[in-house]
Amino acid sequence: MIHLLKNSRTWRNVKLGINSLMLHKLRSLLTVLGVVFGVASVIAMLSVGEGAGAQALEQIRRLGSNNILVDSIKALDDDVSGGAVRRRMVIYGITYDDYDRLRESFDRIRRIVPVKAIRQEGRIGERTLELRVVGTTHEWFELVQRPLLAGRVLTVADIESAGNPVVLTEYGARRLLAGSHTVGESLRIGRHYYEVVGIVAGGDDVEGLQTPDERVDAYVPISTVRQRYGDISYRIQSGSFEVESVELHHLIIEAASLEDVEPLAEGIQVMFEHFHPQEDYRIRVPLALLRQAEATRRTFNIVLGAIAGISLLVGGIGIMNIMLASVTERTREIGIRRAIGARRSQIIAQFLVETTALSTIGGIIGAALGLAIPWLITLFTGLPTIITSWALLLALGISMGIGIIFGLYPAVRAAGLDPIAALRHE
Amino acid sequence: MSKSKKGDTPSAVIEWLAVRKTYRMGDQDVHALDGVDLCIERGEYRAVMGPSGSGKSTLLNLLGCLDRPTEGVCKLHGMDVAAQSDDQLSEMRLRHLGFVFQSFNLIAQLTVRENIELPLFYLGWEAARSAERAAELAELVGLADRLEHRPRELSGGQQQRTAVARALAADPHILLADEPTGNLDSATSGQIMDLLDGLNEQGRTIILVTHEEDIAAHARSRMHMRDGRVERIEEA
Repeated sequence: MIHLLKNSRTWRNVKLGINSLMLHKLRSLLTVLGVVFGVASVIAMLSVGEGAGAQALEQIRRLGSNNILVDSIKALDDDVSGGAVRRRMVIYGITYDDYDRLRESFDRIRRIVPVKAIRQEGRIGERTLELRVVGTTHEWFELVQRPLLAGRVLTVADIESAGNPVVLTEYGARRLLAGSHTVGESLRIGRHYYEVVGIVAGGDDVEGLQTPDERVDAYVPISTVRQRYGDISYRIQSGSFEVESVELHHLIIEAASLEDVEPLAEGIQVMFEHFHPQEDYRIRVPLALLRQAEATRRTFNIVLGAIAGISLLVGGIGIMNIMLASVTERTREIGIRRAIGARRSQIIAQFLVETTALSTIGGIIGAALGLAIPWLITLFTGLPTIITSWALLLALGISMGIGIIFGLYPAVRAAGLDPIAALRHE
Repeated sequence: MSKSKKGDTPSAVIEWLAVRKTYRMGDQDVHALDGVDLCIERGEYRAVMGPSGSGKSTLLNLLGCLDRPTEGVCKLHGMDVAAQSDDQLSEMRLRHLGFVFQSFNLIAQLTVRENIELPLFYLGWEAARSAERAAELAELVGLADRLEHRPRELSGGQQQRTAVARALAADPHILLADEPTGNLDSATSGQIMDLLDGLNEQGRTIILVTHEEDIAAHARSRMHMRDGRVERIEEA
């Protein structure tokens, strides 16, 4: 096979082309510089774009693409008095009724996880940690899947009996238990005591990463939280005293399938609009965010690609310019070849092979450079970069294409020369 | 091509009838060839002589299938040159004609071997076979030890011998030599002419354009041209 290839005319054309390029090493190098930088920038830009996009997508994916998140937020138009000391009760957010209504109204819901979150200090002996007490159901653990490291998670029985089990995160367990004892320890949260029944992984603390869980979570049955802390909380903040009443802080709704997410989100939206005239809730749909992020990334890639494409175009024009000069310079050679009996198509092939070899070599150098640049970017800035094989293939393909497209005109011109005039050319 | 071998006059390889070649120079027509009849038989050795502007170069271009006549019929091996496509003319040059030029016209970046192999490359020969053929031809012209040299490392005579070897590579019947000794001293000229004489003795048709009497004396007939016409033909 290799032997065949070596003897084939194409191979000899390639050899001929490379020989003639090696004759003017510096000139060839300068000629392909445009392609080198063009290809390098295509690969570098795409890898940065891919990296940034992948990071955003990963964040959204953590929220769960099948999920719909509803959060309680304080309605804005509530805040009218500008007095120095305000004393009033603010009632807002998702209600238990909402939770029940959702459960009864929609059949395309796989599960709904209610969350009642309260900031409280946790204490075991001398160790303390500001915890987010998450009153929830056993379904939390099915939805926010974190590996169980020790003990067990909450069960249906826990919820029904409104007992005092608590599940900590790995981070919380380290800080409070310090590895001495794990499961079975007694944890005091505020005025109440709980028994640590399990530890789940978590506590990964990537900046800006949005997941429903936090590393300072302490999971307890929602029934217990309701009984022990009620719905009302007090806040004293810079001279104002606020009483808030919030029944549920979050609802995480998992759709039965991906196709159900968007219609379901719309239905939930309508329902909340009806029962909450004040906008004291927020609905987030990770899938929609995902779609949006993907669209943004596509646009980003197109813009980057266009910029890199322009540099490739400039590179191609550089090649064409030099090849036109080369055709003029080698007019006599073309005349000799034609007189001997070379066909026009063979002259075209000769010059095309030469420019394609030139631009492909440029493409390979550019690809090497394009691999090095993202590596350096990651090394010095910590920005994630991803080099996809399609970006490499694209850049190499484009550089070969440039050789063919921009080589075609000079080659056709060479082949179109009158052999007699070409032979007389000095 | 099979037709040529069974043609009416099998011995005539070149037949011309009332050939004219007219160039447009500004608003004037210049008749480079003005009604030339020509019959050259297989194995002939003909010198073409005449002052510059007499139409020698145009004649050679037409003989070499590098150009087509404005009027009249040029036949090579019984085929009408005017009726051939560009690719077909290339094919005819490749298979039937060998050129030897005054200025050698070797390709500078190729070695002697690669220059000799050039027609074989276009014939699509295998590399090993063409290398063998090139070596044989180099031996024939006395350049066996110069195969891997570049043209600029050779003397004028050696360059012209390379050109002759290249002209012979595809084994054409006809050699067209355009002032082959014009750039050579008399000693090397003698060598080149001996080479051509030998090739003619082996049966190859040679057409030799020259303005030197002693070079023309090698040929068996001499054709004098003037103002685009054949003035006279003298047999040696």
